[in-house]
Amino acid sequence: MNSYKKAIHKNFKENTFFRWGCIITVLILLLVVVGLFWMPYEPTAMNAAEKLKGISLRHPMGTDNMGRDVLSRVMYGSRITLLIAAGTVAIGTVAGTIIGALTGYFGGMLDEIIMRIIDALFAFPSILLALVIVSIFGIGWIQLLLALGIAFVPSFARIVRGEVLRCRNMDYVENARLQGVSDFRMIFVHILPNIRGVLMSSILIGFNNAVLAEAGLSYLGIGSQPPYASLGKMLSDAQQYMFGNPSYVLCPGIVIVLMVLGFSFLGEGISRWK
Amino acid sequence: MEIILDVTDLHIEFHDHDQPEVAVEDFDLMLGEGEIVGIVGESGSGKSMSALAIAGLLNRKSLTKSGRIMFDGTDLLTCDRKKLRSYQGDEISIIFQEPMTSLNPVKRIGWQVEESLYIHHREISKEDRRKRAVEMLGSVGLADAENVYYMYPHELSGGMRQRVMIAAAMIGNPKILIADEPTTALDVTVQAQIVELLKKINRERNTSIIFISHDLSLVSQLCQRVIVMQHGNIVESGRCSDIFSRPRHLYTKRLIAAIPRIDLGDDKDRR
Amino acid sequence: MKYIIKKLFMMIVTLLVVSICVFLAFNIIPGDPALRMLGTEASPELVEQTRQEMGLNDPLPVRYGRWLFGFVQGDFGTSYNYKIPVKDMVISKVPITLTMAVMAFLLTILISIPLGILTARHEGGLLDRILMVTDQIVMSIPPFFSGILITLIFGMVLRLFTPGGFTNYTVDVGKFIRYLFFPSLAIALPKVAMTVKMLRGSLLDESMKDYARTAYSRGNNTNGVLYRHVLKNAMIPVITFLGMALADMVAGSIVIEQVFSIPGISRILMTSISNRDYPVVEAIIMGIAMIVISVNFLVDVVYRIVDPRIGLEE
Repeated sequence: MNSYKKAIHKNFKENTFFRWGCIITVLILLLVVVGLFWMPYEPTAMNAAEKLKGISLRHPMGTDNMGRDVLSRVMYGSRITLLIAAGTVAIGTVAGTIIGALTGYFGGMLDEIIMRIIDALFAFPSILLALVIVSIFGIGWIQLLLALGIAFVPSFARIVRGEVLRCRNMDYVENARLQGVSDFRMIFVHILPNIRGVLMSSILIGFNNAVLAEAGLSYLGIGSQPPYASLGKMLSDAQQYMFGNPSYVLCPGIVIVLMVLGFSFLGEGISRWK
Repeated sequence: MEIILDVTDLHIEFHDHDQPEVAVEDFDLMLGEGEIVGIVGESGSGKSMSALAIAGLLNRKSLTKSGRIMFDGTDLLTCDRKKLRSYQGDEISIIFQEPMTSLNPVKRIGWQVEESLYIHHREISKEDRRKRAVEMLGSVGLADAENVYYMYPHELSGGMRQRVMIAAAMIGNPKILIADEPTTALDVTVQAQIVELLKKINRERNTSIIFISHDLSLVSQLCQRVIVMQHGNIVESGRCSDIFSRPRHLYTKRLIAAIPRIDLGDDKDRR
Repeated sequence: MKYIIKKLFMMIVTLLVVSICVFLAFNIIPGDPALRMLGTEASPELVEQTRQEMGLNDPLPVRYGRWLFGFVQGDFGTSYNYKIPVKDMVISKVPITLTMAVMAFLLTILISIPLGILTARHEGGLLDRILMVTDQIVMSIPPFFSGILITLIFGMVLRLFTPGGFTNYTVDVGKFIRYLFFPSLAIALPKVAMTVKMLRGSLLDESMKDYARTAYSRGNNTNGVLYRHVLKNAMIPVITFLGMALADMVAGSIVIEQVFSIPGISRILMTSISNRDYPVVEAIIMGIAMIVISVNFLVDVVYRIVDPRIGLEE
């Protein structure tokens, strides 16, 4: 455990990508965690006297076209975005891993059929798949979470299936099989722990894709409905005021970028682990 | 016999780690025209490093070289890159241990064989280049050279690929051919064929060959002179027959003792 | 050839599965399409008559067969809301979206390949480090935000184009292309960043391989080794990636069209989704899926032509 600490410390000092990844991610998490307990203003509180104000001490990120405090709305919106991204990845990972592991391990006819369906779903860019699901189940953040979660299943299933196929013929699995280990135990105790490295990196990438997809879809107006804030929707509202009041559009945008950047720096840093 | 290559005091050091690592120390080699010299030693003895240095292929930043490699009145260690390149592939060629990976997988055989001509002799027309490449492929023992010309490396066996490498190395009719463990990755029967091919090239074209191997018996079949290396140093050198009959260094004795012999009546070592 | 036929067959199977999924998705939703078309005040007799006319009383497989057959012949159904054939609504918008995706694809290739080579050649140097950090940052900017930034910088500050001043290709092709350049750039940027990173890694991997050393031994200079030997090998994984990127760009244009207020496919798609105009949504989704699947097929063929080790046989 101590050597683990040491390695993190060493990387924080020497691994630039890892250091900045940590710093940025902590900043974003701070924004969200602080927002759970305290926000400068009520995110939905309008104030007709303070419309479209620039950056000031009273409003560190300015105000929007209804006089609402942008910082408070960004705090609330980041929370939703992170929540949806985490939920998406959770659904994608759990369902994808189960489907991928079972089809990869057992193979056969069922594998053929499920893989054809996965291939077909894979042909849909995830944003499109989410649009189909939302158009069927209606608009709202829970629907969006479900839609993105389902849209992320095929890629995880494919990765896990490939890895399980690779592991299935390895000596240690053969050996366990000879010792009479049950299929269920084989998959979940012997094989899956061995592919956690691949899974971890797909989770990091998946998380970023989920943040980007959530932002894109809420920009299109699918997701949290007004008056509740979401980062993407704020951008689409702010767009028409961007020349007169750039802080309104830039602040939420930069928060999205930092959110993704923090995780991708972390991922890059881990891949260059010293 | 005219000396065409004179290596003196070659010294190569790596700086990959905190402590500098000596790969080759005080290496000397004189190569006469039409001569075949063998360099023997186990892996890590510095034999391949010396060969790569002569071929001008040691260009890493974390590495220092000193000494002299005189060829054609030029010191290959210190001359500018352009001058060095004008010799590479035209006057000095090299073939490697792994014929599987030493050829470019996405280019046709013919293209790779004639590349040296394309680089060094732009005056030769495309059609002439092709003719010479096909001819060369035939002379290294590839039947059906016309077809091989249009094939890709993955369509050939290991032995055939090494023949292609030799054809590509020999197309410019170089003065020196460096063969860096050319047979290690091949079957025993193919090994013998490649050694025969090198002999034939030496005989017909009077090409000098530096043959690097860890296999002393192979070296004794091919070379007139041999250099034995260990830990970056030359421990013994001289005529092949002398070294075999009167090895002076313990390491050489061990190498000789390690050559497998066929002992009839003793089945223990055979399957 | 055998391979192409096999892949072609697989592609048709995938397309059929997609069509079944799409059809089922939109036909198991509660709600009566006839009622939607006529409005809630229609008499039950009229609704029943319309249901009969629309063939809604037939069993699901029959309806699927009819829908698929119509689709293959270019009959994409009738819009619930506008009561006109979907084809007429969509067909004139297709060139806009496709032009944008293709331009974004070309931009990606034109920018990322030289940049990838540049960073790889200066590996470890200052230029490489600056470009790699920039690359990570660009990768993290969602296309719609880079679209907004492009509008702000090129449209409002530099005045290189008029935001919102889209000109259709039927009016002036030159202006049409010029306006679409900026949204295409926004779509291309994250893909450029990913391709640069990938090509750089692939070039560095390949230049460590034995054949690169062989190339040097023949007297090639660094450029010779890079362009004559390494580049083609390094492009093999990049081609697969670019194919997937092209498919993604078609979908990415949905968001970008909104940013630059371009009246392409995406506007119809978004309105139809909020109006629950399912035949339109169905047709557009199927269309995009068809493009994506065909692109994947093409990429596979190109990949096999570039890499002789795999070949078109087997």
